[in-house]
Amino acid sequence: MITAARNYLVFLRRCARVAFVGDWRYYSWMGVLTVIILLGLNAYAKQFAHGLIVTGMSDEVSWGVYIANFTFLVGVAAAAVMMVIPVYIYDNEELHDLVIFGELLAVAAIIMCLMFVTVDLGRPDRFWHLIPGLGQMNFPASMLSWDVIVLNGYLLLNVHICGYLLYCRYQNRKPTKWFYIPFVFSAIIWAVSIHTVTAFLYVGLGGRPFWNASIVGPRFLASAFTAGPAIIILALQIIRSTTHYRITDKALLTLRGIVQVSMIINVFLLVCEVFKEFYSGNLHVASAKYLFLGLHGHHALVPWIWSAITFNLIAMVLLVLPVSRGLRYLNVACVLSIVGIWIEKGMGLVIPGFIPTPLGAIVEYTPSLNETLVCFGIWAFGLLCYTIFLRMSVPILQGRLSKANEGISEPGPNDVVAETSVTSHS
Amino acid sequence: MLATGLAAVAASLKPLFEMEDITSAQQFMQKYYKELTPEDMAKVLQRIEGEVEKEYGVRPHVRDLRPMDGVEFVYALNLSRCIGCRKCVHACVAENNQSRSPEIQYIRVLKMPHGTFDLEKGDHNYASEQVPEKGFFYMPVQCQQCHNPPCVKVCPVNATWQETDGITVIDYNWCIGCRYCEAACPYWARRFNFTKPSIPAERLNPNMSYLGNRPRSQGVMEKCHFCVQRTRAGRYPACLEVCPTGSRKFGNILDPNSEISQILRTKRVFMQLKEDIGTNPRFFYYFDV
Repeated sequence: MITAARNYLVFLRRCARVAFVGDWRYYSWMGVLTVIILLGLNAYAKQFAHGLIVTGMSDEVSWGVYIANFTFLVGVAAAAVMMVIPVYIYDNEELHDLVIFGELLAVAAIIMCLMFVTVDLGRPDRFWHLIPGLGQMNFPASMLSWDVIVLNGYLLLNVHICGYLLYCRYQNRKPTKWFYIPFVFSAIIWAVSIHTVTAFLYVGLGGRPFWNASIVGPRFLASAFTAGPAIIILALQIIRSTTHYRITDKALLTLRGIVQVSMIINVFLLVCEVFKEFYSGNLHVASAKYLFLGLHGHHALVPWIWSAITFNLIAMVLLVLPVSRGLRYLNVACVLSIVGIWIEKGMGLVIPGFIPTPLGAIVEYTPSLNETLVCFGIWAFGLLCYTIFLRMSVPILQGRLSKANEGISEPGPNDVVAETSVTSHS
Repeated sequence: MLATGLAAVAASLKPLFEMEDITSAQQFMQKYYKELTPEDMAKVLQRIEGEVEKEYGVRPHVRDLRPMDGVEFVYALNLSRCIGCRKCVHACVAENNQSRSPEIQYIRVLKMPHGTFDLEKGDHNYASEQVPEKGFFYMPVQCQQCHNPPCVKVCPVNATWQETDGITVIDYNWCIGCRYCEAACPYWARRFNFTKPSIPAERLNPNMSYLGNRPRSQGVMEKCHFCVQRTRAGRYPACLEVCPTGSRKFGNILDPNSEISQILRTKRVFMQLKEDIGTNPRFFYYFDV
């Protein structure tokens, strides 16, 4: 028992040490991220002291880019499942050794989600009021209490799965199936639940016709399964070029198939929504009108949403055409999808729900500089976390960081390694 | 290396020193309203009186008024009479110690063109000097004290609830400031303290109640509570008292002889705002017919 604990501590210490070792590219990347994080922290300190008045939000538009980013990132986290399903249900060989990168991305995304919700709170010092037992949790009535449960649960599931598999690989022993397979399958269902519950946060509000539509849930999932795997496609190429980790083009193309189908469904659902809003012509169309066309001379979101739609359509065409079997066009399509969906899910979903207000007033919203800096800080922190996770896991998966070589100096990022296929999962 | 890092973090946290209100240990540890014993409550009220006195130089009288048995409050507003003078708005601000900067007001009066109930056609920013204008009617909107309040349902920490007399209240010491209730309210009745509220000390109303008009802190929600500090002590809400046209009626619906019961029994037309979303407000609009 004591030896086991000691071994685990040594493992953690070595992982931590590896995170501080790298070449100049690694150091400058981490340095830039750290500077942005500190700028964000400074902006948040201002907000903490003076209140949310330093943001662009108001009683009219009471949620802004914080909740918009939160909503987008829940989707990114949920999308990791799109690598898990092919591997664990359809036994996909190519993605087999890469699932863990998707799961680690989910962990980083959930960390960012939790941070975005926290910075949106007026009284973050009272977060403990949410903890069951200690405080008061309005479960099951409040969808926000469901969200707290599913997000933290999803975080724990993924931390367990990744941590366990990496530690087994480090010790060079085969993972015990019952100790992670049930969690992997729970995580699949859980991933769908985190995004569904997040959609229900909005859908459940009868006083906001723009959100109170059953299509919001399905659209959330479709857009998440587009943007998430698109991010993973880009991330995998970065991992491949910086670490020599074996990632085949075929694996990337498998993910392309997922992005392709999801984007088609996403655009289809958008058409359904737009038709329903505009064809019937009832008064509830006001928010949609504000978003797509502008309302009574106010049209702050119009350029945003049309750029998003343009990006999504170009991405869809590229993804459908054979050109995107080449990485260059695939990457263009991925970037366009990510940006398009970020706008559509963030600014395009959260903000128009508030405009006009339930009493018909139109007050527009633009994020303030301080608010934007906080957002950049959180994104930088998320990227820093993901970079560290990769920095630790890649050498473990390659067998360069293992129990066998305890005591030998830690591996650098560019040590020449034999391109061995490494089994991480089952 | 480490020292530079710590110095950088410390430098970025510097704005924290600009904070005006530091949460005290007692404030941080304070229990949920419904879990406070009478002794706890006595201590809390005393502490709040001390806090207010320290800040405004006025010793307030803070009570924890509970709902009365056999009472359910209902409000009715006569749209044929209201002239849109906004006296109710300002009386409410004064009575309920609302922030003057930034401005927080619980009542919003809409100037509506004749012949429509489409709220989008309402004007929120009309000039009060010219009222009433021909061709318009005026519709004040405040918390509708729903039987089925969406704001209560969505609150993740039960910081807002409906009391037995029908008033939906907020525990300002329990609210975490997520503003989900503000998104959920179909009447735009909830307000958030985006920064520390400011009230001139000489304007402070010292007659306070815990769930009512005691000063709020930065980062929490507030809203109309039918002036609990008055109505639970047998008085009318401030907005009603100040109304020069007698458009506002308030009382106990469980008492068949109350004015409010008679109005709802005898008026041929009365309505609830946004009846279609099923909130079932305790606030009625009626007409002289």
